[in-house]
Amino acid sequence: MVVDEGIQSELQKQGVYLTTWDQLVNWGRSNSIWPLQFGLACCAIEMIASAASRYDIARFGSEIFRASPRQADLMIVAGTVTKKMAPQVVRLYNQMAEPKYVISMGACATSGGPFHKGYNVLKGIDRYIPVDVYIPGCPPTPEGLLEGLQKLQQRIKETSMGQAMRQKLDAYPVPEYGAAGLTPRYNPEVWQPPAQHPFDYQRAPVPPATPGGPGPSAPTSPPLPVS
Amino acid sequence: MLPSLDELKTALEQQLPGVSLTVDGSVLVVASKDLTAVCRYLKDSDRFRFDYLANLTAVDYPPDPAGGGAGRMDVVYHLYSMEKRHGPLTLRVQLTRLRPVVASVTPLWRGAEFQEREVYDLFGVTFDGHPDLRRILMWEGFQGHPMRKDYVPENQNLAD
Repeated sequence: MVVDEGIQSELQKQGVYLTTWDQLVNWGRSNSIWPLQFGLACCAIEMIASAASRYDIARFGSEIFRASPRQADLMIVAGTVTKKMAPQVVRLYNQMAEPKYVISMGACATSGGPFHKGYNVLKGIDRYIPVDVYIPGCPPTPEGLLEGLQKLQQRIKETSMGQAMRQKLDAYPVPEYGAAGLTPRYNPEVWQPPAQHPFDYQRAPVPPATPGGPGPSAPTSPPLPVS
Repeated sequence: MLPSLDELKTALEQQLPGVSLTVDGSVLVVASKDLTAVCRYLKDSDRFRFDYLANLTAVDYPPDPAGGGAGRMDVVYHLYSMEKRHGPLTLRVQLTRLRPVVASVTPLWRGAEFQEREVYDLFGVTFDGHPDLRRILMWEGFQGHPMRKDYVPENQNLAD
Protein backbone atom coordinates (compact mmCIF):
# COMPACT_ATOMS: atom_id res chain seq x y z
CA MET A 1 0.00 0.00 0.00
CA VAL A 2 1.30 3.43 -0.96
CA VAL A 3 0.14 6.32 1.17
CA ASP A 4 -0.26 9.60 -0.65
CA GLU A 5 2.50 11.93 0.48
CA GLY A 6 0.23 14.94 0.73
CA ILE A 7 -2.16 13.17 3.07
CA GLN A 8 0.80 11.79 5.00
CA SER A 9 2.26 15.23 5.62
CA GLU A 10 -1.18 16.64 6.57
CA LEU A 11 -1.61 13.83 9.07
CA GLN A 12 1.89 14.34 10.44
CA LYS A 13 0.96 17.91 11.32
CA GLN A 14 -1.76 16.43 13.50
CA GLY A 15 0.66 14.00 15.08
CA VAL A 16 -0.52 10.97 13.14
CA TYR A 17 2.10 8.96 11.38
CA LEU A 18 1.15 6.58 8.60
CA THR A 19 3.54 4.11 7.09
CA THR A 20 3.67 0.56 5.87
CA TRP A 21 5.21 -2.35 7.65
CA ASP A 22 7.72 -2.77 4.81
CA GLN A 23 8.82 0.82 4.99
CA LEU A 24 9.25 0.63 8.73
CA VAL A 25 11.23 -2.59 8.68
CA ASN A 26 13.34 -1.56 5.69
CA TRP A 27 14.12 1.73 7.37
CA GLY A 28 15.56 -0.27 10.22
CA ARG A 29 17.25 -2.89 8.06
CA SER A 30 18.91 -0.45 5.71
CA ASN A 31 20.24 1.69 8.51
CA SER A 32 21.80 -1.10 10.52
CA ILE A 33 23.85 -3.03 8.00
CA TRP A 34 26.60 -4.69 9.97
CA PRO A 35 29.62 -5.47 7.82
CA LEU A 36 31.88 -8.43 8.32
CA GLN A 37 35.19 -7.30 9.68
CA PHE A 38 37.89 -8.40 7.32
CA GLY A 39 40.13 -6.82 4.74
CA LEU A 40 42.25 -8.46 2.09
CA ALA A 41 44.58 -5.75 0.78
CA CYS A 42 45.05 -2.01 0.44
CA CYS A 43 41.30 -1.39 -0.07
CA ALA A 44 40.94 -2.39 3.58
CA ILE A 45 42.88 0.75 4.52
CA GLU A 46 40.25 2.87 2.79
CA MET A 47 37.54 0.82 4.48
CA ILE A 48 39.19 1.52 7.84
CA ALA A 49 39.41 5.21 6.93
CA SER A 50 35.69 5.27 6.18
CA ALA A 51 35.06 3.78 9.60
CA ALA A 52 37.17 6.41 11.34
CA SER A 53 36.00 9.83 12.42
CA ARG A 54 36.70 11.81 9.26
CA TYR A 55 34.34 9.82 7.02
CA ASP A 56 32.39 8.11 9.77
CA ILE A 57 30.44 5.21 8.33
CA ALA A 58 28.42 5.34 11.57
CA ARG A 59 26.33 8.08 9.92
CA PHE A 60 24.84 5.27 7.84
CA GLY A 61 24.49 2.82 10.69
CA SER A 62 27.24 0.49 9.50
CA GLU A 63 29.91 1.16 12.07
CA ILE A 64 29.52 -2.16 13.84
CA PHE A 65 32.04 -4.33 12.06
CA ARG A 66 31.41 -7.83 13.31
CA ALA A 67 34.23 -10.28 13.79
CA SER A 68 31.92 -13.23 13.21
CA PRO A 69 30.07 -14.00 9.96
CA ARG A 70 27.09 -15.17 12.02
CA GLN A 71 26.43 -11.60 13.13
CA ALA A 72 27.09 -9.80 9.86
CA ASP A 73 24.71 -8.76 7.07
CA LEU A 74 27.21 -7.34 4.63
CA MET A 75 30.45 -8.67 3.26
CA ILE A 76 32.73 -5.92 1.96
CA VAL A 77 35.26 -7.77 -0.19
CA ALA A 78 37.95 -5.15 0.25
CA GLY A 79 40.95 -6.08 -1.82
CA THR A 80 42.72 -8.65 -3.93
CA VAL A 81 41.22 -12.11 -3.64
CA THR A 82 44.04 -14.54 -4.26
CA LYS A 83 43.25 -18.06 -5.34
CA LYS A 84 44.52 -19.20 -1.98
CA MET A 85 42.08 -16.92 -0.13
CA ALA A 86 38.99 -17.40 -2.32
CA PRO A 87 37.72 -20.64 -0.68
CA GLN A 88 37.83 -18.96 2.73
CA VAL A 89 35.88 -15.95 1.42
CA VAL A 90 33.19 -18.21 -0.02
CA ARG A 91 33.05 -20.18 3.21
CA LEU A 92 32.61 -16.99 5.25
CA TYR A 93 29.83 -15.91 2.91
CA ASN A 94 28.08 -19.23 3.40
CA GLN A 95 28.24 -18.79 7.16
CA MET A 96 26.58 -15.37 7.14
CA ALA A 97 22.96 -15.07 8.23
CA GLU A 98 20.34 -14.20 5.64
CA PRO A 99 19.41 -11.80 4.17
CA LYS A 100 23.00 -11.03 3.27
CA TYR A 101 24.67 -8.66 0.85
CA VAL A 102 28.04 -8.35 -0.83
CA ILE A 103 29.94 -5.24 -1.87
CA SER A 104 32.84 -5.85 -4.22
CA MET A 105 35.20 -3.03 -3.34
CA GLY A 106 37.84 -2.00 -5.83
CA ALA A 107 39.24 -3.24 -9.10
CA CYS A 108 40.84 -6.38 -7.66
CA ALA A 109 37.74 -7.80 -6.03
CA THR A 110 35.74 -6.97 -9.14
CA SER A 111 38.01 -8.22 -11.90
CA GLY A 112 41.48 -9.02 -10.59
CA GLY A 113 42.56 -5.43 -11.22
CA PRO A 114 46.26 -4.93 -11.95
CA PHE A 115 46.83 -8.63 -11.26
CA HIS A 116 44.45 -9.65 -14.03
CA LYS A 117 47.20 -11.34 -16.04
CA GLY A 118 48.77 -13.07 -13.08
CA TYR A 119 48.71 -16.69 -12.05
CA ASN A 120 47.64 -16.24 -8.45
CA VAL A 121 44.66 -13.86 -8.32
CA LEU A 122 40.99 -14.60 -8.75
CA LYS A 123 39.50 -12.50 -11.53
CA GLY A 124 36.52 -11.27 -9.58
CA ILE A 125 34.79 -12.59 -6.49
CA ASP A 126 31.51 -12.59 -8.45
CA ARG A 127 32.69 -15.86 -9.98
CA TYR A 128 31.69 -17.66 -6.78
CA ILE A 129 29.24 -15.50 -4.83
CA PRO A 130 26.53 -13.03 -5.95
CA VAL A 131 27.61 -9.40 -5.67
CA ASP A 132 25.10 -6.60 -5.03
CA VAL A 133 27.22 -3.48 -5.49
CA TYR A 134 30.50 -3.04 -7.36
CA ILE A 135 32.70 -0.08 -6.43
CA PRO A 136 35.31 0.91 -9.01
CA GLY A 137 38.63 2.40 -8.02
CA CYS A 138 42.12 1.33 -7.08
CA PRO A 139 41.51 1.76 -4.24
CA PRO A 140 38.10 3.47 -4.07
CA THR A 141 37.97 6.51 -1.83
CA PRO A 142 36.00 6.34 1.42
CA GLU A 143 33.40 8.50 -0.33
CA GLY A 144 33.17 5.79 -2.96
CA LEU A 145 32.58 3.13 -0.36
CA LEU A 146 29.94 5.28 1.32
CA GLU A 147 28.18 5.80 -1.99
CA GLY A 148 28.23 2.06 -2.56
CA LEU A 149 26.73 1.59 0.87
CA GLN A 150 23.98 4.10 0.05
CA LYS A 151 23.28 2.25 -3.18
CA LEU A 152 22.88 -0.91 -1.14
CA GLN A 153 20.57 0.85 1.32
CA GLN A 154 18.47 2.05 -1.59
CA ARG A 155 18.32 -1.51 -2.86
CA ILE A 156 17.24 -2.83 0.51
CA LYS A 157 14.53 -0.18 0.76
CA GLU A 158 13.14 -1.24 -2.59
CA THR A 159 12.80 -4.88 -1.55
CA SER A 160 9.76 -5.87 0.46
CA MET A 161 10.60 -7.51 3.72
CA GLY A 162 8.70 -10.68 2.89
CA GLN A 163 10.65 -10.97 -0.33
CA ALA A 164 13.96 -10.60 1.49
CA MET A 165 13.01 -13.15 4.12
CA ARG A 166 11.77 -15.67 1.57
CA GLN A 167 14.93 -15.42 -0.47
CA LYS A 168 17.04 -18.39 0.56
CA LEU A 169 20.51 -18.32 -0.90
CA ASP A 170 21.79 -21.82 -0.53
CA ALA A 171 25.35 -22.52 0.47
CA TYR A 172 27.53 -21.83 -2.52
CA PRO A 173 30.05 -24.52 -3.43
CA VAL A 174 33.47 -23.80 -2.01
CA PRO A 175 36.17 -24.07 -4.69
CA GLU A 176 39.10 -26.38 -4.11
CA TYR A 177 42.79 -26.08 -4.89
CA GLY A 178 43.68 -27.73 -8.18
CA ALA A 179 46.77 -28.20 -10.31
CA ALA A 180 46.84 -24.69 -11.79
CA GLY A 181 44.13 -22.84 -9.92
CA LEU A 182 40.76 -23.35 -8.32
CA THR A 183 38.31 -26.10 -9.22
CA PRO A 184 35.79 -25.17 -10.50
CA ARG A 185 37.07 -21.96 -12.06
CA TYR A 186 33.69 -20.28 -11.57
CA ASN A 187 30.22 -21.12 -10.41
CA PRO A 188 28.06 -21.13 -13.56
CA GLU A 189 24.97 -20.39 -11.46
CA VAL A 190 26.23 -16.95 -10.50
CA TRP A 191 28.65 -16.05 -13.28
CA GLN A 192 29.17 -16.76 -16.96
CA PRO A 193 32.22 -15.76 -18.98
CA PRO A 194 31.58 -12.81 -21.28
CA ALA A 195 31.26 -13.61 -24.96
CA GLN A 196 33.69 -10.86 -25.77
CA HIS A 197 35.56 -8.69 -23.37
CA PRO A 198 37.70 -5.83 -24.67
CA PHE A 199 40.31 -6.18 -21.93
CA ASP A 200 40.41 -9.93 -21.61
CA TYR A 201 43.67 -10.98 -23.19
CA GLN A 202 42.97 -14.66 -22.71
CA ARG A 203 39.92 -14.75 -24.92
CA ALA A 204 40.95 -14.43 -28.54
CA PRO A 205 38.24 -13.40 -31.03
CA VAL A 206 36.28 -16.35 -32.31
CA PRO A 207 37.15 -16.95 -35.97
CA PRO A 208 34.03 -16.46 -38.11
CA ALA A 209 34.62 -19.73 -40.00
CA THR A 210 33.79 -21.88 -36.97
CA PRO A 211 30.88 -20.24 -35.17
CA GLY A 212 30.24 -23.28 -32.99
CA GLY A 213 33.87 -23.90 -32.18
CA PRO A 214 35.45 -23.32 -28.81
CA GLY A 215 35.81 -19.63 -28.10
CA PRO A 216 39.02 -19.30 -26.16
CA SER A 217 42.08 -20.34 -28.09
CA ALA A 218 45.38 -21.69 -26.88
CA PRO A 219 48.26 -19.26 -26.42
CA THR A 220 49.87 -18.35 -29.72
CA SER A 221 53.16 -20.08 -28.97
CA PRO A 222 53.23 -23.57 -27.49
CA PRO A 223 54.44 -23.64 -23.90
CA LEU A 224 58.01 -24.69 -23.38
CA PRO A 225 58.51 -27.82 -21.31
CA VAL A 226 58.81 -27.17 -17.60
CA SER A 227 61.09 -29.61 -15.89
CA MET B 1 85.63 -1.60 3.89
CA LEU B 2 84.98 -4.31 1.40
CA PRO B 3 87.84 -4.90 -1.06
CA SER B 4 87.14 -4.73 -4.77
CA LEU B 5 85.70 -7.80 -6.40
CA ASP B 6 88.98 -8.59 -8.15
CA GLU B 7 90.86 -8.54 -4.84
CA LEU B 8 88.12 -10.63 -3.28
CA LYS B 9 88.38 -13.15 -6.08
CA THR B 10 92.17 -13.39 -5.66
CA ALA B 11 91.89 -13.76 -1.90
CA LEU B 12 89.24 -16.46 -2.17
CA GLU B 13 91.15 -18.40 -4.80
CA GLN B 14 94.27 -18.32 -2.64
CA GLN B 15 92.46 -19.51 0.45
CA LEU B 16 90.37 -22.17 -1.27
CA PRO B 17 92.46 -24.30 -3.59
CA GLY B 18 90.59 -25.67 -6.56
CA VAL B 19 88.01 -22.90 -6.55
CA SER B 20 87.84 -20.60 -9.52
CA LEU B 21 85.60 -17.53 -9.60
CA THR B 22 84.61 -15.06 -12.26
CA VAL B 23 83.89 -11.37 -11.84
CA ASP B 24 80.97 -10.23 -13.95
CA GLY B 25 80.27 -6.53 -13.47
CA SER B 26 79.34 -6.13 -9.82
CA VAL B 27 78.70 -9.83 -9.36
CA LEU B 28 80.93 -12.67 -8.26
CA VAL B 29 80.04 -15.76 -10.25
CA VAL B 30 80.56 -19.01 -8.33
CA ALA B 31 80.46 -22.52 -9.76
CA SER B 32 77.68 -24.51 -8.13
CA LYS B 33 80.10 -27.17 -6.79
CA ASP B 34 82.12 -24.48 -4.96
CA LEU B 35 79.18 -22.64 -3.43
CA THR B 36 79.27 -24.22 0.04
CA ALA B 37 83.04 -23.76 0.41
CA VAL B 38 82.95 -20.15 -0.76
CA CYS B 39 79.99 -19.25 1.45
CA ARG B 40 81.46 -20.94 4.50
CA TYR B 41 84.73 -19.09 4.04
CA LEU B 42 82.98 -15.75 3.49
CA LYS B 43 80.93 -16.27 6.61
CA ASP B 44 83.62 -17.62 8.95
CA SER B 45 86.81 -15.81 7.91
CA ASP B 46 87.85 -13.01 10.24
CA ARG B 47 88.43 -10.70 7.33
CA PHE B 48 84.96 -10.83 5.75
CA ARG B 49 82.44 -12.12 8.33
CA PHE B 50 79.43 -12.10 6.04
CA ASP B 51 77.05 -13.03 8.83
CA TYR B 52 73.84 -11.84 7.18
CA LEU B 53 72.17 -13.22 4.05
CA ALA B 54 69.91 -10.36 3.06
CA ASN B 55 68.39 -11.87 -0.05
CA LEU B 56 68.28 -15.09 -1.98
CA THR B 57 66.44 -15.20 -5.26
CA ALA B 58 66.61 -16.64 -8.75
CA VAL B 59 66.56 -15.31 -12.28
CA ASP B 60 65.20 -17.29 -15.18
CA TYR B 61 66.90 -16.91 -18.54
CA PRO B 62 64.73 -18.90 -20.94
CA PRO B 63 66.18 -20.35 -24.13
CA ASP B 64 66.44 -17.97 -27.04
CA PRO B 65 63.32 -18.50 -29.20
CA ALA B 66 65.60 -18.31 -32.26
CA GLY B 67 66.95 -21.67 -31.14
CA GLY B 68 70.01 -20.78 -29.10
CA GLY B 69 71.00 -22.84 -26.09
CA ALA B 70 69.04 -24.49 -23.32
CA GLY B 71 68.60 -21.42 -21.17
CA ARG B 72 69.91 -20.77 -17.71
CA MET B 73 68.68 -20.46 -14.16
CA ASP B 74 70.72 -18.24 -11.86
CA VAL B 75 70.48 -18.18 -8.10
CA VAL B 76 71.54 -14.85 -6.60
CA TYR B 77 72.76 -14.21 -3.05
CA HIS B 78 73.20 -10.83 -1.37
CA LEU B 79 75.49 -10.90 1.64
CA TYR B 80 76.14 -8.27 4.28
CA SER B 81 78.33 -8.20 7.34
CA MET B 82 76.74 -6.75 10.44
CA GLU B 83 79.97 -7.10 12.38
CA LYS B 84 82.30 -5.51 9.83
CA ARG B 85 79.59 -3.20 8.49
CA HIS B 86 80.20 -3.91 4.86
CA GLY B 87 78.22 -5.21 1.96
CA PRO B 88 76.44 -6.00 -0.13
CA LEU B 89 78.35 -8.72 -1.88
CA THR B 90 76.44 -10.31 -4.74
CA LEU B 91 77.08 -13.94 -5.54
CA ARG B 92 75.57 -15.69 -8.48
CA VAL B 93 75.42 -19.38 -9.31
CA GLN B 94 74.59 -20.35 -12.85
CA LEU B 95 72.59 -23.56 -13.21
CA THR B 96 71.16 -25.53 -16.07
CA ARG B 97 67.55 -24.65 -16.64
CA LEU B 98 66.23 -28.17 -17.06
CA ARG B 99 67.44 -29.56 -13.75
CA PRO B 100 68.59 -26.71 -11.52
CA VAL B 101 70.17 -28.16 -8.38
CA VAL B 102 72.36 -26.26 -5.95
CA ALA B 103 73.58 -26.82 -2.40
CA SER B 104 71.44 -25.25 0.29
CA VAL B 105 72.94 -22.46 2.40
CA THR B 106 70.40 -22.97 5.18
CA PRO B 107 73.01 -24.75 7.36
CA LEU B 108 75.09 -21.54 7.18
CA TRP B 109 72.38 -18.90 7.38
CA ARG B 110 69.10 -20.02 8.96
CA GLY B 111 67.34 -17.12 7.27
CA ALA B 112 67.80 -18.83 3.94
CA GLU B 113 65.24 -21.50 4.78
CA PHE B 114 62.07 -19.70 3.66
CA GLN B 115 63.80 -17.91 0.81
CA GLU B 116 65.03 -21.21 -0.61
CA ARG B 117 61.55 -22.64 -0.24
CA GLU B 118 60.16 -19.68 -2.15
CA VAL B 119 62.71 -20.10 -4.95
CA TYR B 120 61.89 -23.80 -5.05
CA ASP B 121 58.19 -23.03 -5.20
CA LEU B 122 58.25 -20.33 -7.85
CA PHE B 123 61.29 -21.29 -9.94
CA GLY B 124 61.72 -25.00 -9.36
CA VAL B 125 65.30 -24.88 -8.13
CA THR B 126 66.15 -27.83 -5.88
CA PHE B 127 68.31 -27.06 -2.86
CA ASP B 128 70.39 -30.01 -1.73
CA GLY B 129 70.59 -30.29 2.03
CA HIS B 130 67.59 -28.11 2.77
CA PRO B 131 65.86 -29.38 5.93
CA ASP B 132 62.29 -28.94 4.72
CA LEU B 133 61.99 -28.29 1.01
CA ARG B 134 58.28 -27.81 0.29
CA ARG B 135 56.17 -25.23 -1.47
CA ILE B 136 55.65 -22.14 0.63
CA LEU B 137 53.36 -19.76 -1.28
CA MET B 138 51.42 -22.06 -3.59
CA TRP B 139 49.53 -24.98 -2.16
CA GLU B 140 50.53 -28.64 -2.16
CA GLY B 141 49.38 -30.21 -5.39
CA PHE B 142 50.03 -27.12 -7.50
CA GLN B 143 51.75 -28.03 -10.76
CA GLY B 144 54.62 -26.07 -12.26
CA HIS B 145 56.62 -23.08 -11.13
CA PRO B 146 54.79 -19.85 -11.94
CA MET B 147 57.70 -17.40 -11.95
CA ARG B 148 59.38 -19.26 -14.79
CA LYS B 149 59.15 -17.30 -18.00
CA ASP B 150 57.45 -20.12 -19.86
CA TYR B 151 54.70 -20.72 -17.28
CA VAL B 152 51.30 -20.33 -18.90
CA PRO B 153 48.58 -19.30 -16.41
CA GLU B 154 45.28 -21.09 -16.66
CA ASN B 155 42.39 -19.49 -18.50
CA GLN B 156 39.99 -18.72 -15.69
CA ASN B 157 37.12 -18.22 -18.11
CA LEU B 158 37.07 -21.86 -19.13
CA ALA B 159 34.80 -24.18 -17.20
CA ASP B 160 36.94 -27.26 -16.64
